Amino acid sequence: MAEGKIQSGDSVAGKKFQQAEKEWRKQARPERERREPFETISGKKIKDLYTPHDTAELDYLRDLGFPGSYPFTRGVQPNMYRGRLWTMRQFSGFGDAADSNRRYRYLLEQGQTGLSVAFDMPTIMGYDSDHPRSAGEIGRCGVAVDSLEDMEVLFREIPLDQITTSMTINGPAAVLWCFYLANALNRGVALDRVGGTIQNDILKEYTAQKSWIFPPEPSMRLITDIFAFAAKEVPRWNTVSISGYHIREAGSTAVQELAFTLADGFAYVEAGIEAGLDVDDFAPRLSFFFNAHLDFFEEICKYRAARRIWARHMKERYGAKNPRSWMMRFHTQTAGCSLTAQEPENNIVRTALEALAAVLGGTQSLHTNSMDEVLALPTEKAVKIALRSQQVIAYESGVANTADPLAGSYFVEALTGEMEAEAEEYFRRIEALGGVLPAIERGFFQQEIADAAYSYQRAVEKGERIVVGVNRFHTDEPLNMELLKIDPVVEQKQVERLHRLKESRDNIAVAQSLERLTGAAAGSENLIPYIMEAARFYATEGEIVDALKEVFGEYREQPLF
Amino acid sequence: MDPVKELLQGNRRALARLISLVENNDPLKEEIMQRLFPHTGKAYLVGVTGAPGAGKSSLVDRLLGEARRSGFTVGVIAVDPTSPFTGGAILGDRIRMQEHALDRGIFIRSMGTRGSLGGLSRAAREAVQVMDAFGKDLIIIETVGVGQSEIDIVKTADSTVVVLTPAGGDSVQTIKAGIMEIGDIFVINKSDLPGSERTVAEVNLALDLKEEPGWRPPVLPVMALRGEGIAELWQKLLEHRRHLEQSGFLESRRRERAESELGELVEFLVKSRVWQNIKTQISLEKLIEAIALRRRDPYGAARELLRQINFPL
Amino acid sequence: MSEKKIRVLVAKPGLDGHDRGAKVVARALRDAGMEVIYTGLHQTPEQVAEAALQEDVDVVGLSILSGAHLTLVPRVRELLQERGMGEVLLLAGGIIPEEDGAVLKEKGAADAIFTPGASLEGIVHYIREKIAVS
Repeated sequence: MAEGKIQSGDSVAGKKFQQAEKEWRKQARPERERREPFETISGKKIKDLYTPHDTAELDYLRDLGFPGSYPFTRGVQPNMYRGRLWTMRQFSGFGDAADSNRRYRYLLEQGQTGLSVAFDMPTIMGYDSDHPRSAGEIGRCGVAVDSLEDMEVLFREIPLDQITTSMTINGPAAVLWCFYLANALNRGVALDRVGGTIQNDILKEYTAQKSWIFPPEPSMRLITDIFAFAAKEVPRWNTVSISGYHIREAGSTAVQELAFTLADGFAYVEAGIEAGLDVDDFAPRLSFFFNAHLDFFEEICKYRAARRIWARHMKERYGAKNPRSWMMRFHTQTAGCSLTAQEPENNIVRTALEALAAVLGGTQSLHTNSMDEVLALPTEKAVKIALRSQQVIAYESGVANTADPLAGSYFVEALTGEMEAEAEEYFRRIEALGGVLPAIERGFFQQEIADAAYSYQRAVEKGERIVVGVNRFHTDEPLNMELLKIDPVVEQKQVERLHRLKESRDNIAVAQSLERLTGAAAGSENLIPYIMEAARFYATEGEIVDALKEVFGEYREQPLF
Repeated sequence: MDPVKELLQGNRRALARLISLVENNDPLKEEIMQRLFPHTGKAYLVGVTGAPGAGKSSLVDRLLGEARRSGFTVGVIAVDPTSPFTGGAILGDRIRMQEHALDRGIFIRSMGTRGSLGGLSRAAREAVQVMDAFGKDLIIIETVGVGQSEIDIVKTADSTVVVLTPAGGDSVQTIKAGIMEIGDIFVINKSDLPGSERTVAEVNLALDLKEEPGWRPPVLPVMALRGEGIAELWQKLLEHRRHLEQSGFLESRRRERAESELGELVEFLVKSRVWQNIKTQISLEKLIEAIALRRRDPYGAARELLRQINFPL
Repeated sequence: MSEKKIRVLVAKPGLDGHDRGAKVVARALRDAGMEVIYTGLHQTPEQVAEAALQEDVDVVGLSILSGAHLTLVPRVRELLQERGMGEVLLLAGGIIPEEDGAVLKEKGAADAIFTPGASLEGIVHYIREKIAVS
């Protein structure tokens, strides 16, 4: 037996083991099982028992290693949650900046340790609140931010050098990031003291989330501009949060989430290298964002496999030398698509199980969904229960006492290895299509996801997959739950404020800065300083995006089902 | 109100409904088509075909812009395959044409191939006539160039654009079979992809082997997504149209079309009338079973059926 | 010999990009033998109504997950009526609170609301029943 293998080889070969295994097989007969497909929620077959056979090839140091060391299968920190718990980061935002500012301060008072901004759809799509397409959408599923002015209100009385802020923004990520940084500068906080994350993951927009603005090429340029600017000026900022979350929400399987997210990650690394950056200059600031779905072990193994794959590729394929480049740090959010509108209280339980999987999988930060999010934006009460679920896991359950407590489980290690192998198979297929961008162009990811979503829905319809309270064990009691309402006045107020801003600012300076931005976009300079300049003159998001659209154009989707 | 009158007055809802009527083979159809006929024959009909994923819809989208700038009103018929198993279809070509969704000078209609009686070519051609009577100057039919019926539709166009992509050197080889013959203009879309120049050269080579007096189909590299090469394509279309008019080919193409149309209509009338009579008068079940059990031969059975309804054989 | 098929426009008005539900429903309707016209993401109500008119559909299905349903659904209905298509069956799906759904139905903006967990069979059945009657 090779040095470092889990102790199993001898006993598996031994007579005693084989005898005992035979005995067990006689007793555990398949015909005595319930008549249900024993498979994960992704349709992956699971055996009735895992034994040392399944981990015979595993080499501890090569495949697992110690926490905090290569290949980081067991986690990125040597002491994991004994040092610091994960960041409890509830994604939130609604109404106007003042409404959300109040919610943020409430969450910080409740013991939340980081902020996570949800923007409304017009902001996500690069439209100002007074654009005709924004009608009815303002402040609905996030906060409306049109300019630096709104950003100032959003973070009023929140110390920008003491908290970290995550912003879920992609197409116009550079613009919102510049608003945030400009606000910090105006408040006298140096850029090297602000920390946080912008999602800035445009690739998954084309495949899953579908909130794109520009076509892929100029989008990738904006991203590498952000890499370069952050490396010099904002070293504590995570410049991209490579997201599997939305891929999963769009209906993918766990392995697809794993494989497509990592493939996107590799594409960003390659783009950075192609833009002339040293991989170790930007890779340590890449972070990830995964879904936590209901299938407990599949999810845990997904996170463990993800860390191992990332480390191996970064070190071996891209030649990264800084261990921080090998380390996959990730945020997790429980699965919105697992929530049901029927008997929504059950969602508390689902979310708690999903959160537990994320913690056992070694997440760095976590958002737990509120039970009512399938119905509307969450109420304060529902958000509190969701946060409390994390606190119960952290402080009462004891799971945070030791690093990677499930390591060495025959099942967990076997499944981790299988998922890694299946992801590698996807990498080969993507490579054969010419890489991530050509695969997007051909609709490869979109089609894979659409097929998985449809077959899952079919299985639910046929009753092959049980959803408690929906297709089994349901009652017809009327829903009795108080929901958050967005005052329609928000929309009007926001538009009025925007108009006042447009009247009071230095419009000549705005126009000139936008012109310079369009000029720069036509060339190859780093665009961030230009966007920052326009932002500081209170150019609006829509104006900045339009200045870029002039050169970049807009993306159109492909008809795939 | 009378939908034909409404249509002739420019009512778009009437146009939409009349297209449904012909598509559904409604009993009222024949009379309506007869009334519309005097108002047809003015539109310029362009067929666009090519393999799935060649970027036809994006190309049509861009062509719409050019045509509108030249002052044409346009009708588009975008054909997608119907599932042979369920009879349903997802028609997604509009996605690519959203730029023009609100332009009153453009009318876009999606059609499934349906595999209906008389074939798709009948339904599509009749829809073209309805749009023609409505007064559209240009009508574009977009089809996936895979099946015979799709090729048939395109054959009835005044000018046919075949869309190819550089992807894979085998594209020309595989497409040669039917489509090389019907193209008046060849477009190599996505010309930024590697192998584009080679594909242009290959198509040119294949066309050099073909004899057609007066018109040598041009091969145009295009990037539909960015709008590059579209103006040239539009100019070539207009040029081809002039060529058709001046050389008398338009005349002969339209004659051919009249001939096949007449043939199809006769076939359709006979076929539908015969089946209607057979189905109302005779129970086929026993006969079919007898043939299936090999107690009777289908040739004799068919003749007997027609005799029973007094069909002159 | 008439060969009518039920034609359904599946549209995503508004700005959200969550098209999983719309696409799954589109596939289910196709598999039920209907012709589904899919217009893609980020549609304005005007674009939806225009497409409905040109495609002469029997049913318009709107999928909205951005919370803008109270603005968008009535607007689509209004624009359909302006185009003489008041009789079109209008369905809305997505994250739509029960209370809002009731408002939409009361106003006559939507004929039916399907929220997460609604079965594909149910949607197909509803459409077939309504279209067959009319």
